[in-house]
Amino acid sequence: MQVPLSWYLIVAAALFCIGLYGALSRRNAIAILMGVELMLNSVNVNLLAFWRHVEVVGGTLSGQVFAIIVITVAAAEAAVGLALIIAVYRNRRTVDVEDVDLMKL
Amino acid sequence: MNGSPVTMSHIVFIILSAIALVGALGVVLNRNLFRAALFLVLSFVAVAGFYILLEAEFLAMVQILVYVGAISILIIFAIMLSRRMMSSEFKAFNEQWAWALVAALALFAILAFVLLGVVWPTAEASVPENAISDLGQALVSPDQFVLVFEVASVLLLVALVGAVIIARER
Amino acid sequence: MDFILNFWTELGAWAQGVLYGWGLPEWAVNLISDFVGVLILLIIGVMAVLIFTPMERKVIARMQDRPGPNRVWPYGLLQALADAIKMLTKEDVTPRHADRALHMLGALIVAVPALLVYAVLPWGPNIIGKDLNVGVLFIVAIGSIHVLALLIAGWGANNKFSLLSAFRVVNQLLAYEIPMVLCILTVILFSRTMSTQGIVEAQTVPYFVSMPVAGLIFLICAMAEANRSPVDLLEADSEMVAGYMVEYSGMKFAMFFIAEYVNMFAAAILISTLFLGGWKFFGLEDLAPVLTPFIVFAKAVFVIFCMLWFRATFPRMRFDHLVGFAWKFLVPLSMVNLMLGALVVKLTPDGSGDIWAEAGLMLLGNLIVIAVTAVILNRAARKVKDAPALQRIVAVER
Repeated sequence: MQVPLSWYLIVAAALFCIGLYGALSRRNAIAILMGVELMLNSVNVNLLAFWRHVEVVGGTLSGQVFAIIVITVAAAEAAVGLALIIAVYRNRRTVDVEDVDLMKL
Repeated sequence: MNGSPVTMSHIVFIILSAIALVGALGVVLNRNLFRAALFLVLSFVAVAGFYILLEAEFLAMVQILVYVGAISILIIFAIMLSRRMMSSEFKAFNEQWAWALVAALALFAILAFVLLGVVWPTAEASVPENAISDLGQALVSPDQFVLVFEVASVLLLVALVGAVIIARER
Repeated sequence: MDFILNFWTELGAWAQGVLYGWGLPEWAVNLISDFVGVLILLIIGVMAVLIFTPMERKVIARMQDRPGPNRVWPYGLLQALADAIKMLTKEDVTPRHADRALHMLGALIVAVPALLVYAVLPWGPNIIGKDLNVGVLFIVAIGSIHVLALLIAGWGANNKFSLLSAFRVVNQLLAYEIPMVLCILTVILFSRTMSTQGIVEAQTVPYFVSMPVAGLIFLICAMAEANRSPVDLLEADSEMVAGYMVEYSGMKFAMFFIAEYVNMFAAAILISTLFLGGWKFFGLEDLAPVLTPFIVFAKAVFVIFCMLWFRATFPRMRFDHLVGFAWKFLVPLSMVNLMLGALVVKLTPDGSGDIWAEAGLMLLGNLIVIAVTAVILNRAARKVKDAPALQRIVAVER
């Protein structure tokens, strides 16, 4: 007897909202990136839950392929994002996003 | 639970989701950035457990390999290289944290309301036997996902070169 | 006689029969047998420390023409017990401004990935912890958790040298993980399955014979992952003053020690599974299946002997040479090997009689790769030797 689909979706929604709160309310750029990674993980859980419960009947695997691509994109984005944060730290000596506001009016 | 028996999968699911949510809360609420990164690793491992419950073992191993083994280490490196920001006289949350909390809770309320109101299909079929070789075929078959696969590899190359150039010492 | 020959399976069946006879329900019998299996694997893992600590010191001592430990018992064989008693009686110190939780966490989780690997190593045709169908990928993933554990240990000591050593850990381990994964991929190409039991069963010809290049690269990478000399910069006394372990004393230091030897034994069994044929030994496993764990153990001891031989022979490499060796030499070589393997698999269609053709073609390809590599290295070395700056230095010295 499988765990029902709605349980997975609710846990994924909870992870997404916690990640959203982290991305919106933290000052440190790395903490914001960690919130974004949480959101991407919750999306992956969603994808695989739907694959297992809905798509396996048809025998295709597009849920798993989609999840692999999301992991790939998350890895690429984390690498570039962290490189940017390190470059900003080297120039401005801060990783606080509130202090990087030179182009503000 | 609508008359269905509570099996080991349900108990494991509840334990794993407790670990995942505790880890996620530890990430967003912790002032000490290194501990937040470790809670993130805990969350990743719990999500890998979810994938095993969903009978996608290859993806669970890839999750641990990529997320725990590479992305977490990247994040910890970035934390170590920008250490001044971790001392406690710097504030951790910005001024709009209350509105962020309202937004997150509202979103969760809407999602939960919608998700609980729908009648979802149940999983009666079982996973095909050679799921891993089917996955490999799906990634390189011309009538399936080969274009996505090739574009993803170009994306990784661009990210690699870009990250090296951006983070280089001048 | 049959009972003796199939001793391990008969033992398991008899034990389960006893448990059923006590009237336990099926889930309880499964739970107890799983628990006993885990206990046996853990004991095997930790016994590795007891056996290989004195073996290492005696073997290296003999290679260096000195007696080695010879106080504890005849021939010094209980040396590990003496070390354990020493470490248990030392004071457990935490530096004042270090993060106490992280200091303890680093020591706690460093041995866990090494022990988890034993769950998927096969000791016989039916003797395995759990035959996952992504067995080798599990091992690679668990190896990457080991990197994280060492990083936490280096950070938790609040010590600049520890932190520098933690950076070097990540650099070295990530650099050597890539050729390791590429060699495993080549093996998977030939065995067409990721489960460790399946890889052993697919080796009518041991993969070390058909792909010696992949075997040697994997041996070097496994030694680097286990921090063995000549690539043990991370804990070298003259370099980093014991590196990330510098602030640990007592039982926490013993955990690092245990982790290294458990890792080494697991790597040795993994090499024997992937490349030397696992529990197969020219048909002996069909005659007497009781001997298969001993065959595995003997092959692992042979591999560990080779690792100790490397340690006693080569001087330590400098760190930039080490990392350059991984990225600039091992990664291209293992990629060439992988492409060669893909070519050979495509050329010989699936069929049981063609295993010898596959193995022969791959061996031929590997020999060509070795020859080409030797020629390229020779040219490069000659260019360095004939460089004008070096000639001036040599002429002055003469």
